[in-house]
Amino acid sequence: MDLQIFALLVQDGVTNGAVYALLALALVLVFAVTRVIWIPSGEIVAYGTLTLAGLQAGKSPGTVGLLAGMAVVAGSFEVYACLSRGEAHRMPRQLALWAGVPLAIAAASWWLATFELPFWAQILVTLALVTALGPLLYRIAYQPIAEASVLVLLIVSVGVHFALTGLGLWFFGAEGSRTPPFSAASFELHGVTVSVQSLLVVATSLALITALYLFFGRTLTGKALRATALNRTGARLVGISPDLAGALTFTLAALLCAFSGVLIGPITTVYYDSGFLVSLKGFVGAIIGGLVSYPLAAAGALFVGLIEAFASFWASGFKEVIVFTLIVPVLLWRSLTTTHHEEDE
Amino acid sequence: MHVRKLLPALAAALVLVTAPARADINVGVTLSATGPAASLGIPEKNTFDLLPTAVAGQKINWIILDDGSDTTKAVTNTRKLISEDKVDVIVGSTITPNSLAMVDVVADAETPMISMAASARIVDPSNPKTRWVFKTPQNDALMADAIAVSMKANGVKTMAYIGFADAYGDGWLAEMKRSAQTAGIKVVAEEKYNRNDPSVTGQILKILSAKPDAILIGASGTPGATPQKELVARGYKGKVYQTHGIANPDFLRVVGKDGDGTLLPIGPMLVYEQLPDSNPLKKSAAEYITKYEAKYGKDSRSTFGGHAWDAYMLLAQAIPQALKKGAPGTKEFRAALRDALENTKELVASHGVYTMTPQDHNGLDNRARTMIKIDNGKWVLVK
Repeated sequence: MDLQIFALLVQDGVTNGAVYALLALALVLVFAVTRVIWIPSGEIVAYGTLTLAGLQAGKSPGTVGLLAGMAVVAGSFEVYACLSRGEAHRMPRQLALWAGVPLAIAAASWWLATFELPFWAQILVTLALVTALGPLLYRIAYQPIAEASVLVLLIVSVGVHFALTGLGLWFFGAEGSRTPPFSAASFELHGVTVSVQSLLVVATSLALITALYLFFGRTLTGKALRATALNRTGARLVGISPDLAGALTFTLAALLCAFSGVLIGPITTVYYDSGFLVSLKGFVGAIIGGLVSYPLAAAGALFVGLIEAFASFWASGFKEVIVFTLIVPVLLWRSLTTTHHEEDE
Repeated sequence: MHVRKLLPALAAALVLVTAPARADINVGVTLSATGPAASLGIPEKNTFDLLPTAVAGQKINWIILDDGSDTTKAVTNTRKLISEDKVDVIVGSTITPNSLAMVDVVADAETPMISMAASARIVDPSNPKTRWVFKTPQNDALMADAIAVSMKANGVKTMAYIGFADAYGDGWLAEMKRSAQTAGIKVVAEEKYNRNDPSVTGQILKILSAKPDAILIGASGTPGATPQKELVARGYKGKVYQTHGIANPDFLRVVGKDGDGTLLPIGPMLVYEQLPDSNPLKKSAAEYITKYEAKYGKDSRSTFGGHAWDAYMLLAQAIPQALKKGAPGTKEFRAALRDALENTKELVASHGVYTMTPQDHNGLDNRARTMIKIDNGKWVLVK
């Protein structure tokens, strides 16, 4: 291996690692606030890329129908909840929030898809469509059982993962898609070709990580989410709604995942079932961060990306084995260095 | 009338309605319309939707199940089709691991099976159980030989291989090594990747450091574009070969202009318009593709659907012969159907001309392959 190959592998590893880092952050975020291990995050990434690719092909992406369908389900959940609690007066507001807003997004996207939009507008439509799936997923699948144990929530996550994969096959077909690069340019740095696209991916990931850091450190909503993460009952006592916190978390997480999808679209072919492996690698990163620490999770994800790049060079047949075996020493190290807290049931 | 009195009458009426003069022929199909092989299984499933529901005046029920590209599910489907639906013949599955696992089941039940998967091992004549098993796609060996011949003609001395880390990729690697050795071409690097891999930079750098004259990518569908795009990005100047697994419109869409100049062996049906009129396949392929594209859109053709069509062609010529020896649903009919399939002679189907023998349950020859090239996003016959 010469220096040039080394540099190219590092570039590859860092680019993929940056995408895994976004997913790791989303996973840590969701787990901290709602205790859900969000396996379907990968599907949201795939939906992001495939929705954008659909818009580019001039088709109305299947996500529009999915969003509308989920809005109807979430709306009926709300109607039932309001009626059974005898709070009929709250119904119009809840309906507008849970069914009206997503339906409006779906309708607007469906209408916009008929035009030849510029690339940035297509990205915005994609982000709006896919991000809106996040809170609806929470409302439909997780909020009714928010107090259940981590294991139950994990099992629900597996179910949601399978449902979303199946719907992805139905909406987007079996074959993969790519989106055009934001920039096809590249430049030479000491004899190594660096593509601008990779730099953009890394820069966007860094920017999002910084934005998250500021959101949690400086804004009231961010602090409220952190409070829920630390102590749900306590947060409730000081007037923070856990349902709202959950929905907000899923919105943020879905936004992160949709962004990842838009970012990886130009550098890799994405399939309806691509998401699972990507989210598992993000999960390994998140585990390195103990599912609590954002910087450690991001660093862990970057490490996974690098290991993957070098493993694919040295022993491509065993690449996945190497990446996932990594989790064993990490778990060992974590179980030895951190004190274990039994979960309050 | 009391319900209890009504029931026996109803049951009797049902028996009268459902018992026909002669039982229908039940064809059980298991294919991979979901899961990793979905891009292969879906055109096959689409093709079954085009098939007629009667052959030689005998009604045929196509019972189609999805095995999700999963070996266990394929075996379960096969058992269910045989024991519950009492099928006379099994068609499937889409991929080699599933088909290999089904061989034992159909042999025990003495039911003929026509696989739509590529590996020659499915109909290996040294295994007595394959007496009941036939397959429509070209053997990998036939296609690998075509690549070796083309490489030799292009002056290639060394080659590298990158393919799926699964049965498809491993099968191709083994066949290609054998064909390359015969042609005097050295395999200097072999790498693997998964169809969902976001990046193959590492593998491609490793391959490029071995400086091969040509590279073969052993993949199916759009995942075949991933190494190809990486090769172009790294400025590779040698010849790039693909396998027939990638030949669908989605591959062209994803690979874009990076695919230009790629060579691959294929069943001639894909480019039937470009075949000379003297080629018997031109007419038979046109019949299938016209039907398919009329329903699923222009240029929607895929060679995988052709494997399903050919299974139907084999059945359509075997069923009339078998009907003479037994009634559908009986052991005699299944045995006669097997014999008739084995006696197929010069049957012109979509992919090639089938001539079966007890030693060869695939029956295709060199007429079932041709080399094509991707030129400006189109498949072009290499003359």
